[in-house]
Parts: sequence; structure tokens; C-alpha cells
Amino acid sequence: MFKRLATTEGRSVDIEVDGRSVRAQEGESVAAALLVAGCVPLRHTPLSGAPRAPVCMMGVCFECLVEIDDQSNVQACMVPVRDGMRVRTQHAARKAGA
Amino acid sequence: MDDDVDVLVIGSGAAGMAAAITAAELGLRAIVVDEQSAPGGQIYRGITTVAASMAARLGPDYAHGRALADALAAARVVVESDTTVWDVDADLNVATLREGVARQVRARHLVVATGALERAVPVPGWTLPGVMFAGATQLMLKTASSVPSGRVVLAGNGPLLLLVANQLLEAGANVVALAETTGFRQVLAGAPHLPRALGAAAYLAKGMAMTRGLRRSGVKWIRGVTALSVLGGERAEALEVASGRGVERIDADLVLLHVGVIPNTQLTRLMRLDHGWDDMQQSWRPRVDRWGRSSNARVSIAGDGAGIGGARVAEASGRIAALDAAFALGKLEEGERDRRAAAAHAEVRQHLRIRPMLDAMYRPPAWITCPPDETIVCRCEEVTAGEVRRMTKLGCLGPNQTKAFSRCGMGPCQGRMCGPTVAAILAAENGLDPEEVGQYRIRPPLKPVPIGAIAALATTTRTHEPSETT
Repeated sequence: MFKRLATTEGRSVDIEVDGRSVRAQEGESVAAALLVAGCVPLRHTPLSGAPRAPVCMMGVCFECLVEIDDQSNVQACMVPVRDGMRVRTQHAARKAGA
Repeated sequence: MDDDVDVLVIGSGAAGMAAAITAAELGLRAIVVDEQSAPGGQIYRGITTVAASMAARLGPDYAHGRALADALAAARVVVESDTTVWDVDADLNVATLREGVARQVRARHLVVATGALERAVPVPGWTLPGVMFAGATQLMLKTASSVPSGRVVLAGNGPLLLLVANQLLEAGANVVALAETTGFRQVLAGAPHLPRALGAAAYLAKGMAMTRGLRRSGVKWIRGVTALSVLGGERAEALEVASGRGVERIDADLVLLHVGVIPNTQLTRLMRLDHGWDDMQQSWRPRVDRWGRSSNARVSIAGDGAGIGGARVAEASGRIAALDAAFALGKLEEGERDRRAAAAHAEVRQHLRIRPMLDAMYRPPAWITCPPDETIVCRCEEVTAGEVRRMTKLGCLGPNQTKAFSRCGMGPCQGRMCGPTVAAILAAENGLDPEEVGQYRIRPPLKPVPIGAIAALATTTRTHEPSETT
């Protein structure tokens, strides 16, 4: 949904999103990296399973909730990318024991 | 409990940075905490890390933040980034979370500088992926040097909408249309405030430059929009725009919505400070005096969190709040405080001259603040405007009642997105003033905190008021 401008100067880092490698840029948030990587919809709601994606990019809307390094429901827009970070997107409600 | 500090500043945007720098200059032991990984707030987001070419693209208003960030880095003040405040009790014990570890710091005086957030724009279809706030896209420029890759349509009103439209065009994004709710009538409503605004001519010049830029670009520009609706299945495919020209369908990959910003009052409401409804700005704001002092004499509020004034007002009000905190803590005589704050007060007055015109021209239309029935207002719990209206028929008068009936406002965002909309619908349906309707009652934690972090926090005295049920 977003593309990098040629003027980018940041160092590259690699994160893993749902098992695949995504090139991100140091200093940006996980949510920004996911938008550039085209991970849209980013999640499906636990209630109706409706598709959603980040809206505010500043910690308000909670539409970018993902699992980061085994912690679920983290605001992806509030966490800077780190080399080797493991991100899992969340789709609909979790099943008990899953 | 950890050690005490003289002044704890919450938020390191324009107001928070200025407050912390001034507090340090006055010899106060100060800490500034912020959720983000570096100072700057939203207006100067990424200012310490932004690529030089991108900073140049964002212009001098953005670059101004660099001097503040540099002064903060050089000041004798503890800067704690990546730190989320999740509770503040009556004795100003501030509970924070940083890298999974909870802490408590007691402040002798608190400066709340939590800034603004973009007003929700609940229109049918606004929950679809591919709909974002315009300011969010600007944050993508500031932090990720990225622009939308597909067709973009912008809709709503306000200076930020026009600024983002210009910045996206200059960055080479494919902007296909701008749909402005402001039309002839709204411009007319702003006209009586023009003489006052002439005293802040730099803003008017910027506004005219932005308008010129849009005209020059030849982008399709619809004014006086009377309804918006996002169309699509799994994601946004088009924006339907109603205006005097009829109903138009604008195909787009990204719909950017914006109708101004409102004070972020989550923390000040958690603290049960007095708030009032600001009819001009169509938002709640904490009641403060000219020093930013709230209904709790040990708590000051600086910047947009006390009412929208913009970055320069925020910066000056941060200095004012810190000078006043030094006075409150006995480190500065009253006369000395007044003398040192005179320039900052004058700056606030000067920059606020533009506000009444902006507030009048860019008042959010009623069809956005009180959306049609089918619109989802609570995105987290997926509650529609129609369901909120139905609850008024059952006798619901306030948002805490509709919350208990429907979970509206009870999801992860804790009512940040739907609060103003639900209150506006309740006011309209019940014929009440916003102040009679009230707001969501905010309780700790302000942001999700792992239970283990709370358990690991050795608590001492906790003095929160007992919970109420409505």
C-alpha cells in the first residue's frame, strides 16, 4: 500500500512476518514495515472476522494489533523494527488451546 | 516506589520538550517520558532520525523541531523514551511500562503534554483496509520515507488535510482527488474572524500557498461535500462523494480521511481533572488557567492536550508550564516567573489569533460527528450509530450506560476512537448538551500492561477512588 521514496537513507533490517522475510528500515515501526510490505488487510477482527488495517499510526486506534516475539495484541505502530523480530498477524478470534 | 522528581513531563512533543528544557534550565530535577522511541511527538515525529532529504521535503516548520530536540538532548534532564504511562494516582505516583518492566515514580509536579489525536471520521465503510487518517500518512513520510503506492483520495477538512495533499503531490504520489467538506458557507463562517487572523499573517500565507499548490497540480477538487461513503469488499475500492455537483464515485486504493485534531484527554480524564466542552473546537478540553494549571494545583497541562493551538503555541505553553511549576515548587518568585514568561505568553496570544477562523471554517460537519445509522462508530466492538440510537430509546443518557449495554467503547482502544461520536449521538438524540452527556469514565491501565509486570511492581500506598458503575 506504500512504497519507499528513492531518498531513503536508513539501514535495512530483516524481520519475519508469518514465516516470510520482510525487509524493513531501521527507525520505522512494525506497522510501517507491514504497510510497505503490502500486508493488507493486516488482521481480521475477533468479533465478526472483518478485515482491518492500521488507521492512525500513533497508538490510538488499535487496528494494527499483531503478535510480536510471542506476545499477542501488541500495537505494531508503537514498536520499532528489530533485526530478527518475529511477527505474526492475527486473524479472527483465537481458539482455546490453539 | 522509585525516587521522587521535581517535575515529571508526560509526552515529548513540542510542549513536553519545551517544558523539560525550561525545567532543567531552572535547576529542577526533571524527567520526561514518552511512548515513542525518540522525542518529537507527532508534529516532529522522527525528527532525530529523519533522512536529510526527507526533512528538506517536509519543510522549515518540521525542521524547527530539530532545535528543540537538540536542546533537549543537551539539557540536564532524564529522557525516557519507549515508556508508556498507564496510571497516575492522586499523589502523583506515575506508573510506567518500559520494555515489559513496570515502575513507579512520584512527581512533586506533573506536566501533562499528551498532545492531540486525529478526530475520528466515522463514515460508512471507514473500517475497510485502505482507509487511513491523513496525519497517519504524513507519519509514514516522517518515519518510513514512504508514500502511498496506488491512487489516493483525500476527504474531510482542515489545514493538515491540505498540507498532506500538497506533500503527497510533491512526493510524487498519485493523488486523484480532494473532497473538502468546507464550502462557501463554511468560508463565510470564518470571515468574521479574518481581522484577528491578519495578526498571524504567516498562517494565512501558508494556507494560500497550499491552495495554490493544489490548484497548480490540477488535482480534482470537490468542495462543499455533504456526504462520504467508502465502497469496497475486503478493502477500500472507491470513495462516494456527495456535493452540489451530485454524487460522484472516485476509484482509489487509499482513502485518507481527516477532520481536524482534538486534545488527547485520556490521561487527564483518568486523573479526574475538570474538563469542559469547547463548542468552537467541538471537543472536550481540560480546564486550565493561563499557566496551564489544571483543577489539581500540582498538575499543569501544556500544548494541544489543553486545547488545540498548534506546535508553536504548544512550545510556548510548555515553557510557561515549567516556569509556573518552578514557582509552585518554591524555586522561582512570582514576579520572576511573570517576567520570564512574558515573551512566551505574547507568543501564545500571537499564534492563537489564527485559531477562531480555522475553527469556524473547519468545524466538523454534523453528518460526520453524528453519522448515519449503518456506520460503525465503535470499531473495536463493531457497534453502529443505529445501535447507539436504539439504546437512547431504552433510556440511555450517557456513554457509560451505552457501554454497559453494548460493550461500545469497551474494546482495546478504550473508547479513544468512538467516545466523541457516541457522546454526540446521545446529545443529539436526547436533546442534551455535551456537558450533560459526559464522556467515558477512564480507568487504569491507560494502555494494556502484562499482568506479570503489575505483579512485579512493589506497590506502596494506592489511593484510587473506588470504581463507580455508570
